[in-house]
Amino acid sequence: MACAASTDLAGAAFDLDAAWRLAPQVQVRPERFGALLYHFGTRQLSFLNSPALLAVVSSLATQPSARAACAAAAVPDAELARYGRALGTLAASQMICRRDPV
Amino acid sequence: MTAAALPLVEQFSYGLDAPICLTWELTYACNLSCVHCLSSSGRRDPRELGTAECRAVIDELQRMQVFYVNIGGGEPTVRPDFWDLLDYATGHDVGVKFSTNGVRITPRAARRLAASDYVDVQISLDGATAQVNDAVRGPGSYGTALRAMANLAEAGFTGFKISVVMTRHNASQLGEFKALADSFGAQLRLTRLRPSGRGAGVWDELHLTAGQQRQLYDWLAAHGSSVLTGDSFFHLSGYGAALPGLNLCGAGRVVCLIDPVGDVYACPFAIHPAFLAGNVRDPGGFTRVWRESELFGGLRQPQSGGACESCAAYRSCRGGCMAAKFFTGLPLDGPDPECVQGHGERALATADTAAAPRPAGDHSHRTRRAPVPVELSRRRPAGLASAGHPPVSACNPDPLAGFTPPGR
Amino acid sequence: MADHPAAQLADEAAHDAAGLDGPGRADVVADEVLVEEVSIDGMCGVY
Repeated sequence: MACAASTDLAGAAFDLDAAWRLAPQVQVRPERFGALLYHFGTRQLSFLNSPALLAVVSSLATQPSARAACAAAAVPDAELARYGRALGTLAASQMICRRDPV
Repeated sequence: MTAAALPLVEQFSYGLDAPICLTWELTYACNLSCVHCLSSSGRRDPRELGTAECRAVIDELQRMQVFYVNIGGGEPTVRPDFWDLLDYATGHDVGVKFSTNGVRITPRAARRLAASDYVDVQISLDGATAQVNDAVRGPGSYGTALRAMANLAEAGFTGFKISVVMTRHNASQLGEFKALADSFGAQLRLTRLRPSGRGAGVWDELHLTAGQQRQLYDWLAAHGSSVLTGDSFFHLSGYGAALPGLNLCGAGRVVCLIDPVGDVYACPFAIHPAFLAGNVRDPGGFTRVWRESELFGGLRQPQSGGACESCAAYRSCRGGCMAAKFFTGLPLDGPDPECVQGHGERALATADTAAAPRPAGDHSHRTRRAPVPVELSRRRPAGLASAGHPPVSACNPDPLAGFTPPGR
Repeated sequence: MADHPAAQLADEAAHDAAGLDGPGRADVVADEVLVEEVSIDGMCGVY
């Protein structure tokens, strides 16, 4: 399951209804406060400061959309925009990428 | 409503389940005798971890999900099992970044490295010219490093790092270092000299002057993330805008050192019993030391900044480097010896620096291979007559030798 | 990530407005603490 062709995400709002996945070169390590993500390609480290966000990110590849992953992680509707922005940050730094649905 | 998350600095202050930037010195053996070596390396320690023990450590790191390990020494590539251990690590989900003086980076080794996605290489260099470099690292070391760089570039390994310890004598070569890195498609990294290991003996004469610190800070700010520092200069954040990075001391919280005999220290610059947390040969191995040692537990409590907490710069500089304070005899809850506000200099003036802790363990080569730093100058000290006047020998018994009465 | 001191100061202003701690956290997205990104190339400059 490869990443879909990359699109320029700078400035674009995160598409909650698209299918996403963790980038292949990213390793995730759960921590007390959420998780650490390390990208072996970019040598970048990201901190997920929320166990719920970790649950969302971990399930992206098996959910039809990011919105569905948030719902499965019991993210309240009122928080959805905030989680969308967080996912957008991860997308911009290539921690997560689009995948072809199906 | 989710609970507000702690700021990152506080997350780190309380410790992580596994280190992020773990340093592992594989051997104290080294073909060089750099005057400032933080681990006083040269001779191999007979109690070194064996190959099987090293593999066991890597197994632990894999279980702890350590992302990568920084391997150094001494010169790690002089270990016969170095390449095996490299492959073992990358084959067990542990990335490797290793530091070398380049002595074993042959064209063949370079090709082998270029073929791996999970290995980073860093070549040490402390002068943009052989003259400046070799004064610190020994005759021929500049040539060795440049050959290694050429071999890496030839093998298609771009993006290797050139790591420079900033000293009083190379501070003016920043532009040349950058140009050198650019010429190889390499990344330049600048790191801070600390009074650790053999560095304790040369720190007074080699550390940057206040003016050079300011120049370095400005240069780093101008070059942003194209020049790496590994957070080495976070004490400079006291000048104003912080440099990129975590800007805090990670000893025992985010980082630690495993030394060649398996001792675990809070930081590679703090090889001293005061910062020894345990040994990987103890029951429970490295995992238990990282997670349960008393030393690390203490470091993971909120630290007092002492007198520094009332300073406006404290938010940025966090009191500076623990190892720099320790080995200059300054209290840990006080200013860094190179505090940009000058508080460190004032503290040193009144501190009993003769009673400063001495680095533990000296693996230096016994025969004197290290170059003696000598500054040759045509400038005569004031008071001597003409240019034809020879320097006064220290053996001259005449107490008035070289003395010029004032007014002449 | 802010490369220029001026850009960094602008980031800091945004952080201060959001009430976040730490003038050095230029990588923190304004008003968002769920994700923080840091370029760590090695602590303390050893490797």
